[in-house]
Amino acid sequence: MTTRATEALPISVRNVTKTYGPVNALDDVSLEVKSGEFLTLLGPSGSGKTTLLMVLAGFTRPDCGSLKFGDDEVIRKPPHLREVGMTFQSYALFPHMTVAGNVGYPLRLRKRPKSEIAERVERALETVQLGGYGERRIDQLSGGQKQRVAVARAIVFEPRILLMDEPLSALDKKLRDQMQIELRHLHEQLGMTTVYVTHDQREALTMSDRIAVVNHGRIMQLSTPRDLYERPANRFVADFIGESTFLPVRRTDSDVFYGDTPLHYSGDLPETPDLLLMIRPERVVLSANGPVEGANNFTATASNVVYQGDSFLLHAWLQDGQQVVMRGAVRGNSATALPVVGDQVTLTMSPEDTVLIDGREA
Amino acid sequence: MSMTTATLRPNETGLRTDGRLERLRLFGLSSPAMLLILVILVIPVGWLFYVSFIGANGEFSLENYERMIKRRSYIRIFITTFQVSVLTTGLCILIGYPLAYFMAQLPNRLANLCLITVLLPFWTSLLVRTYAWLVLLQKQGLVNQWAMSLGLWDEPLKIVHNMTGTLIGMVHIMLPFLILPVYGAMKAIDRDYLMAASNLGATPRKAFWTVFFPLTTPGLFAGALMVFILCLGFFVTPAVLGGGKVIMVSMKIVSNIELFVNWGAASAMGVVLLIMTLVILWIASRFLRLDQITSGGR
Ligand SMILES: Nc1ncnc2c1ncn2[C@@H]1O[C@H](COP(=O)(O)OP(=O)(O)OP(=O)(O)O)[C@@H](O)[C@H]1O
Ligand SMILES: [Mg+2]
Repeated sequence: MTTRATEALPISVRNVTKTYGPVNALDDVSLEVKSGEFLTLLGPSGSGKTTLLMVLAGFTRPDCGSLKFGDDEVIRKPPHLREVGMTFQSYALFPHMTVAGNVGYPLRLRKRPKSEIAERVERALETVQLGGYGERRIDQLSGGQKQRVAVARAIVFEPRILLMDEPLSALDKKLRDQMQIELRHLHEQLGMTTVYVTHDQREALTMSDRIAVVNHGRIMQLSTPRDLYERPANRFVADFIGESTFLPVRRTDSDVFYGDTPLHYSGDLPETPDLLLMIRPERVVLSANGPVEGANNFTATASNVVYQGDSFLLHAWLQDGQQVVMRGAVRGNSATALPVVGDQVTLTMSPEDTVLIDGREA
Repeated sequence: MSMTTATLRPNETGLRTDGRLERLRLFGLSSPAMLLILVILVIPVGWLFYVSFIGANGEFSLENYERMIKRRSYIRIFITTFQVSVLTTGLCILIGYPLAYFMAQLPNRLANLCLITVLLPFWTSLLVRTYAWLVLLQKQGLVNQWAMSLGLWDEPLKIVHNMTGTLIGMVHIMLPFLILPVYGAMKAIDRDYLMAASNLGATPRKAFWTVFFPLTTPGLFAGALMVFILCLGFFVTPAVLGGGKVIMVSMKIVSNIELFVNWGAASAMGVVLLIMTLVILWIASRFLRLDQITSGGR
């Protein structure tokens, strides 16, 4: 509905470092965000996500590095000249202004005529489904509404870059799910380059074009959600995204062995002697008829079975004492056929689901 | 019937009795304080009202009030009182707001140090501080000597025993009452607001005037109101530093009693001062909640 006056801008971060005393908040970070892309920074608490966003917005001065919006070097530009929209984790809506006052603020600073301001404010509020809320006071809004006003204020001046720092963390789960879809929809509608921060992996997987996994101020992996989940670059990423158990494997020239059994696997092997077999619970199947030809089979003893309604979790000991977890669907007769503790079971994993990853932490 | 209500609403009477007893106990606990207020505040003020309506001949009359309206000297005293209060409040704002702003920018440890120095004068008696100013400001005082040796002015300036001296002393004494609520309001402002303003395109100056300053106005109003009202009834400083040229209401009350032993006239002035103060408080309370005075404008 909104016709954009300007095109989205790519962001290029090169070798940005920021230290706080002994802490490397950002450690030589380089990152390219494509024009119009929805990129998420995902990482544990204290990994440097906010710091990176603050560098993009101009509130944190890095020790060194380069930052380009399009072709312009902006690393030394003060924040008020950067023309990026941003939503704060605390929303930071001005309590002494109405909703319309808040949303109109960036336009008043830009000295737009009154009628244009009124019109654009109303349009921005409609975009976030708050049409007609202009005269409300900020303290009369619910958490989700505040969130939307913050978004409206960040987009009303049509910035070509939008930054969001954990915008949904204060909302309850239901509202969060709904807002995720709305924000994603908004992004498709407006198409501005978006950098989004979260430490919720599901949120990241749901919303992003690409995800940058951050740890200790470094980018561990930058890929599409699917690649990240299925082909994690290292153990940290595999551990951080989704559940998994890891089994040590042995590598020869061309083959990979678990114990004495050669593994059927797909994809390339990482260039490291330190390989791990990554087992995602939902990628393991409980075989009723013994080993399956052409797949990887593991004989195990059930140690714990948890019924979870839509599925069940089976913890099992492998013969060498390693524990693995698998998740199975509960359907009709299989519900009656759940294994019980102590059962001897055969677990199978197809070659496509057999992923070997770099076992080093980083 | 009574059986059914007893089962449907169990313990109803018992709980209600508990509630009543609790209120009674709270009332009992606060009664000493209320008694104290009655004795030292309500009764004397009532007495003040009563006396103000007694004329020179000992009978009921309005002469004490009539005199205030008719005599120009009285009107001038009220005007002076307002003048001193307004000027002191204004100067306190001009000096106190930037100082509070400066303190709010400091790291916590330094800010606390500053706060202590702001509060330090409270450790010394008002009288001592006022006389200290008298010493500093007189013709051969430190201020004149230094200024002349620095070449700021050649003749000793007359900066005490007049309005100037009064204002210097009053501002010094009132400043903490303005700084504290303003500082509180400033400290309570979330840094995110200023970052948001700047992110949305506000220059630092613009962000100050459109976001920071408006968010501190409740604290500023609270502090200014407190200073103004304290000034209205102030006595010691104008009496000592005004040199008889600055006559405020409270000083006239004192001279009515000490010189003329006219309790009626003194009481009437007290009543008028009290009513003026209440009216100002009432007007102010329509613009801000008075409890903000004690909570730094939050
Ligand atoms: N102003 C500061 N002074 C000192 N250290 C800081 C400062 N800001 C951040 N840090 C440190 O830098 C590191 C990264 O912090 P940052 O706020 O970027 O983490 P984050 O990824 O946003 O974490 P969270 O998910 O908890 O918000 C942390 O170790 C933090 O303690
Ligand atoms: Mg953060």
